[in-house]
Amino acid sequence: MKARYTLPAVLLLSSVLFAACGNKEEAQPAANNAQTSPSTATTADSTAAGTTAPAASTADFKDATEQYRTYAIGEIDAFVTETEKFTEAVKAGKLEEAKKLYAPARMHYERIEPIAEALGNLDPDIDARQGDVDDKDWRGFHKIEQALWEQKTTDGMNEYADRLLQDAKLLRAKVETVDIDAGLLVTGAVELLNEVSSSKVTGEEERYSHTDLYDFVANVEGAEKIYEILKPNLAKKDPALEKQIGERFEALNKELAPFATKDGGYVTYDKLSKQDVRTLSQNLDALAEPLSQMGTILGV
Amino acid sequence: MSKNKNDNNPQQPNTTPDAGQESSSLFRKPVSRRDMLRLAGASGVGLLLGGSGAYGIMAATGATKQPASDKPGSPDNVTTGIPDANRYDFYGQHQAGITTPSQNFMCFASFDLTVSDAAGLKRLLQAWTRASASLMVGELLDGQNENLNLPPADTGEAAGLTPSRLTVTFGAGPSLFDHRFGLAGKKPAGFGDLPPFNGDNLMPEWCGGDLGVQICADDMQVAFHGMRNLIRIARGSAVLRWSQEGFQRSTESDPNKATPRNLMGFKDGTANPSVQDGAMMNEVVWVQPEDGAGWMTGGSYMAVRRIRMRIEVWDRSSLADQENTFGRYRVSGAPLGSQHEFDRGDMEAKDASGKPVIPMNAHMRVARGDGKMQILRRPYSYSSGMDNTTGQLDAGLFFISYQRSLDKQFIPMQQRLAQNDALNEYIQHIGSAVFACFPGVRQGGYIGDTLL
Repeated sequence: MKARYTLPAVLLLSSVLFAACGNKEEAQPAANNAQTSPSTATTADSTAAGTTAPAASTADFKDATEQYRTYAIGEIDAFVTETEKFTEAVKAGKLEEAKKLYAPARMHYERIEPIAEALGNLDPDIDARQGDVDDKDWRGFHKIEQALWEQKTTDGMNEYADRLLQDAKLLRAKVETVDIDAGLLVTGAVELLNEVSSSKVTGEEERYSHTDLYDFVANVEGAEKIYEILKPNLAKKDPALEKQIGERFEALNKELAPFATKDGGYVTYDKLSKQDVRTLSQNLDALAEPLSQMGTILGV
Repeated sequence: MSKNKNDNNPQQPNTTPDAGQESSSLFRKPVSRRDMLRLAGASGVGLLLGGSGAYGIMAATGATKQPASDKPGSPDNVTTGIPDANRYDFYGQHQAGITTPSQNFMCFASFDLTVSDAAGLKRLLQAWTRASASLMVGELLDGQNENLNLPPADTGEAAGLTPSRLTVTFGAGPSLFDHRFGLAGKKPAGFGDLPPFNGDNLMPEWCGGDLGVQICADDMQVAFHGMRNLIRIARGSAVLRWSQEGFQRSTESDPNKATPRNLMGFKDGTANPSVQDGAMMNEVVWVQPEDGAGWMTGGSYMAVRRIRMRIEVWDRSSLADQENTFGRYRVSGAPLGSQHEFDRGDMEAKDASGKPVIPMNAHMRVARGDGKMQILRRPYSYSSGMDNTTGQLDAGLFFISYQRSLDKQFIPMQQRLAQNDALNEYIQHIGSAVFACFPGVRQGGYIGDTLL
């Protein structure tokens, strides 16, 4: 009880002492967590025995970032090619053909969306929905989508088609300049699933074409690619987490499989029941939660 | 009597055998949400701190105790500095949140399991146990809360807040005993969804569930934080089936601790048995060894009904109609013809014209029946905003009761009410669920370990 009436000098001393202990404590947080309940505060299903690893260096991820760069460039190359086919169909007035090419072309973009988002204004130019930007600035895929499905015409879309192809090519040029590091991969994977969670699973992304499931699948594929690339690092750091994420991808892909169509596409969003949407959303959250723990490979 | 020790369990004070040991290993203990803030302040402005700051540091480092907690046998607060009155023990013979005096707010959630085997179920219950024990003492959830590369383990909205008498109460729904987890043989005899009652208007989206979780606290943000984190922990193991928040008048608004009023303006719970009466609780609430299903001994069966009130209709009925509906005076809560709230009420009394003073279909008369069977009611009011179809209020009573036996206590009572209660004109039962609430958890165990 006496301690409560000590002088300020003692107070300062004890405060310093405590701070010192605190620092010592901070030096080994991973070890302490491993003793108590690794990962479990976040997901019940993880039984990871987290180990202490030194903070990761850039060198640890050189392979991973190079692999991802190759992947991203491959997807963007395909994106430019497929967008060109799409915009040509639009300009030629081939309504049905344009509608067929629309969603598959977008998938290449949706797989690497975090890269595009890292490149300033390109994402809104290519992918803004009505209301995301001022109406006078609205262009890109969704502008043309509205014409194709709602107005049922390609009239007046020539200029937008040209701009879209230009923007796609600009993306291809700029991607060379993106500084891809492990942090971008880790946050990018989660962002891809957040994209699904906030607009695709609710059917808000493709409000005229209802091709939301194409985007959904592509976002998940993009996230899974990142997971595959980081898997060796993750397996070293937290094998249980690595396994858990793999299982959750599998579970989500299993939920998505019944919605695939024979032509390699996906059913339109309006074919999903309320229960379908909820199950997909819950599977997505079940995956995104452990996926958000991938940052553990970056150290403390 | 210390709340910490006894409200949860009138017969056997909970003690923490290794409390002394824990206090000596201060730095291995998680930091309480309150101390986290104190320490943050202390490290920044150490020199400027006055007496209260000094006290904060000393409390946090375990160098002193609060006088209130310095009692023999009291397991509390060597490190947390949180007053006893503000927290209950998670561990004990019975789960907290059943005979605990009702807190101001409630978050209830019903879950469906997505794990496919008993091992997955066990992992979830173990993780929930760890989290609940932290929540009830006001600690940050265990895990990485400082790593800039990771989402923090604790979602953080309760930082700096006391436990606020938070309790977490878990129960198993009848569907838990199907083929999935190998528990079919352990299903208590007769435990199942409630039978249909007259006038039920149940909506599937408000019914059932594999697991039910009731969180109560004196602060809504603290309660929500608890439920949100349990939901987060469950991702990949269980999904929300439905959830409801509830409230009652706060203890601050009513220092006299009078019986709370429901949204119809009438006192609700006058006839409840006393939770201070241990023998009565054993008779009414706690499952006894002779009741079968040994894993439930010390547990309790929970009945849940989401009862929507026809608020607009009620608001335009006369005071006489309202009082005759309940069989009580609105202001005092006394039975019609009696003076005081807790008067028993004269069921035989007739008025000048020979009609019963307490109408034959009055709620209190029908609920009482022959007076032999009681339940422990622990309801909350709910308001879920507007009914989009009608523009009317979606509000009412989130009824929760605890009993030793649904068959012998809740079901006969609800059958009587469904057939005869004058109140039925003003309410409809929208949701329904039952949960077998596990017995309490001993230190080192986990919730539901008697079943699994």
